Amino acid sequence: MAEELIAKQGWVAPVLRNEFPGLAISWTELDGPSGRSPEPLRKRLREISDRFHGGHAVHMRERPIPWAYRVFFRQIGLDPDQTRTPVEELALERMKRGGFKSRSQLDDALTVATIETGVALRAFDSEKMLGRLGIRDSGPGESLEGRPGELPTGTLVIADERRPLGLLFGATASGRGVHPSTRRITVAAIQVKGVPQIAVEEALWVTTVAMAVD
Amino acid sequence: MPDLLERSSAGGVALPPDAARLESLLVADERPARSELRRQIARLERELGELFASAFPRKGIEWSVAPGGGPRLLGVGELEQIRDELAERIAEVKGVLGERAYVETRNREVLERMVANPEKFKWVRISNVDVGEQGCRHWHSRPRWGLLGMLMGWWRVKLSSGCPLPSAGPEPRSQLVRIPMGSASRFDEDL
Repeated sequence: MAEELIAKQGWVAPVLRNEFPGLAISWTELDGPSGRSPEPLRKRLREISDRFHGGHAVHMRERPIPWAYRVFFRQIGLDPDQTRTPVEELALERMKRGGFKSRSQLDDALTVATIETGVALRAFDSEKMLGRLGIRDSGPGESLEGRPGELPTGTLVIADERRPLGLLFGATASGRGVHPSTRRITVAAIQVKGVPQIAVEEALWVTTVAMAVD
Repeated sequence: MPDLLERSSAGGVALPPDAARLESLLVADERPARSELRRQIARLERELGELFASAFPRKGIEWSVAPGGGPRLLGVGELEQIRDELAERIAEVKGVLGERAYVETRNREVLERMVANPEKFKWVRISNVDVGEQGCRHWHSRPRWGLLGMLMGWWRVKLSSGCPLPSAGPEPRSQLVRIPMGSASRFDEDL
């Protein structure tokens, strides 16, 4: 079982750092591929499902970390009741489907970590990335692979040192996400103002441990 | 200043260094405004979240606020619009909750009277939803022993609880007691 977390700190474009103090991205790399979820992880998912009920979902937006993401969504022009924050998306799925459904080891690990900590997590194929991860605004003429047309200038994206890998809290660029054959997985935690560093580290650590379960 | 304006509007004439510096200062000066607007949005979002929790289990309330076309860095005008729409939404929700609280209070009063005098509320059914509570419980004024009770005037309030199973078929048609705003209870005349 992995017990040591090696978290790397990403960069944030200066204009965004000035506008959004507290905005940050951290990531860790894990071994792939991500196949079917092992029984201990599925059991943990079931236990979390049993513990999580309607009251949690209703009061979620009053809790500090989910609230911090809702606020940030508003501040960047997203309506969190239409584009759900990651933890609220999972909570809604839990309510609609009666439980957190097991999909793959990576998905289950991200679900466990997100529900336990509230932190927004994303996964990318490490071998399709160049250099460090960061958050920036898109430049003129930039596009997201797999999506028609150009991104409106100033769209907030998660990027490596060459190109956008996905929208911040949105779609992932085609070919940059994790597939069954992915050998190395980058799990990134997006931190906004009001989300403590310890919660980010815990989210990455929980994911790392869950991915190490056999 | 007129000279400066004329020269600028003539086109092709660069602003003197002082004017350019002033312009850059004005642009940079918007950052505190954006910061303050973001703080206000955060406060309003907290208030909306508290209302959301207090509104449960009431349904049919609109919580959405028009998005600003993100994710992107918003300007002062766009942040102002989001702040104003959030404030309007909060005011609307408070109004709706106030109206519903009034109706629910009246329904609770009717329920108390119904429990005390079931024969005055024949066949009336009040559910948890009508009194702003969670669950499928309902109170139903019915005759004891069917037709005989009806003829003899033996009425009672039967309390049912528990939600039907998903396989139990369609939900029975609602027989909610609805009291229009601003009017007296429909049962007042019976008392």
